[in-house]
Amino acid sequence: MNVHAAVTDDVLDLYRELILDHARSPRHFGRLANATHKARGINPLCGDKICVYLCIDDNARIEAISFDGSGCAISVASASLLTDAIIGLSADRAETIFSAVTERLTDGGKGQPGNIDVELDRPLEKIRALDGVREFPSRVKCATLAWHALRSALRQDAQPATTE
Amino acid sequence: MSHAQRQPAVAAVDWRKDFPILNQSVNGQPLVYLDSAASAQQPASVIDAVARYQREDHANVHRGVHTLSHRATDAYEGARDKIREFINAANRSEIVLTSGTTESINLVAQSFCRPRIASGDKILITHLEHHANIVPWQLVCEQTGAELVVAPIDDHGQLELETLRSMMTKDVFLLAVGHVSNALGTVNPVKDIIAHAKQCGIPVLVDGAQGVPHMPVDVQDLDCDFYAFSGHKMFGPTGTGVLYGRETLLDSMPPYQGGGDMILEVSFESTIYNELPYKFEAGTPNISGVVGLGAAIDYLQSVGMQRIAAYEADLHQYMLLKLGQVDDIHLIGTAVNKASVQSFLLGDIHSHDLGTILDHQGVAIRTGHHCAMPVMTRFGISGTARASLAFYNNTDDVDRLVAALEKARQVFK
Repeated sequence: MNVHAAVTDDVLDLYRELILDHARSPRHFGRLANATHKARGINPLCGDKICVYLCIDDNARIEAISFDGSGCAISVASASLLTDAIIGLSADRAETIFSAVTERLTDGGKGQPGNIDVELDRPLEKIRALDGVREFPSRVKCATLAWHALRSALRQDAQPATTE
Repeated sequence: MSHAQRQPAVAAVDWRKDFPILNQSVNGQPLVYLDSAASAQQPASVIDAVARYQREDHANVHRGVHTLSHRATDAYEGARDKIREFINAANRSEIVLTSGTTESINLVAQSFCRPRIASGDKILITHLEHHANIVPWQLVCEQTGAELVVAPIDDHGQLELETLRSMMTKDVFLLAVGHVSNALGTVNPVKDIIAHAKQCGIPVLVDGAQGVPHMPVDVQDLDCDFYAFSGHKMFGPTGTGVLYGRETLLDSMPPYQGGGDMILEVSFESTIYNELPYKFEAGTPNISGVVGLGAAIDYLQSVGMQRIAAYEADLHQYMLLKLGQVDDIHLIGTAVNKASVQSFLLGDIHSHDLGTILDHQGVAIRTGHHCAMPVMTRFGISGTARASLAFYNNTDDVDRLVAALEKARQVFK
């Protein structure tokens, strides 16, 4: 048996270069001092914690965004990609993208990404780097954690978001 | 002879073949199961005993006059006798069957502590404990106004024994201490700790969930007041557990739950409780599970706990040697006296990422906080990767672990 041939393409697809880059050098990392909205996301299974901060202007536009917290490469990279994708969009549009991304990454989106791709237009296509997680059911919640926190922040939920 | 002088991990007998689940491939690779501290696998003899019971003997226990009920009761009570002998309790009335360590500890918290503890009293635990040996005490402290106090550990994950002893003051109502740390593998000197607590007049509960699978346990020799453990950590079915309690203490405690089986006589005015241990066993128990636990004890006795302890000690030394050769590895939990459990970090790779990459090479480890968040906090980390060995593991398993770690380093290079 050749153990060194054992890492499958699935694993390499999950930890592709873009994911590792965002995990190591997360964008918009830190606390937003003038945040108008914020929410925590907690994955009770593994203890990952991500807090998303938003600054939403009078026109309901997300003019600034950041996150902090700790988690695995997937949850940090996903949060970082989220901030790149969401900054400058309207709050409504961000909600739509939340739905598109979470559907895409969970079973509902598996096998029929066509409809959902419509929502992931050019500026958002990097989010597709998270697609590898669909082959790892135990890791989907890592990828969706920051997105649930985003939605909680948009809705100003009092309770932290969880992926359960 | 010291470990260093021994030949490392000689596989005297191939116990592996007794565990059918180990003979499979996971993600295209032969399974390497290094998560026995979370739940140990069951030998065929346990699986067969449960199936045979279900096929041939099942009925409710302690109730019927018919033949099956007698057989079921004999099998269930027979397992209790095996458990008594396995931990050398003085009396079978001291063996309370529960759903697991968690329920055993909650029983003591609610039936022993809650009725007699008062505001100003303390419950003493240690920084090494599993959540199951923390939260039940927090609950009883909330209910009574008592205070939970925590003895510290050092950078190796060992109890600071001097401090622990100094914390055994008159106002401590109970000491609850793990036999073996699930997260770090530290084996605590519980016999010495209990002896000191006795001098201070403090009753002691030992969380033995991680002790019983690895070493012979003699509750009379330990002189503990309570000893709690789980069936599924010792190669038996899930949903089974044991609370050993000193008879005089159990006798003085009110029931934990009310229901069938725990009564002698019921009227709407009053109820007379059943004798020990049935007073603490309300409702129809996990009969088939307990039968399986009895079979697990038979199996362990046939292998021999001393032999298991010696084999695992050698294999653990081999694992430490091999892990020590991996670049960027950081071992967490380096106590002198350890069970065959090792927590570690690899470079800056998060433990869950490591777990996923290892799983895809057929290597099952536990990742995260191991239900011991305060231990993780003590080391300033959110979690670790943990490899835990049982006697069905061998040096090949350790080699596969190390190869898989090298691959993870390449993925994250």
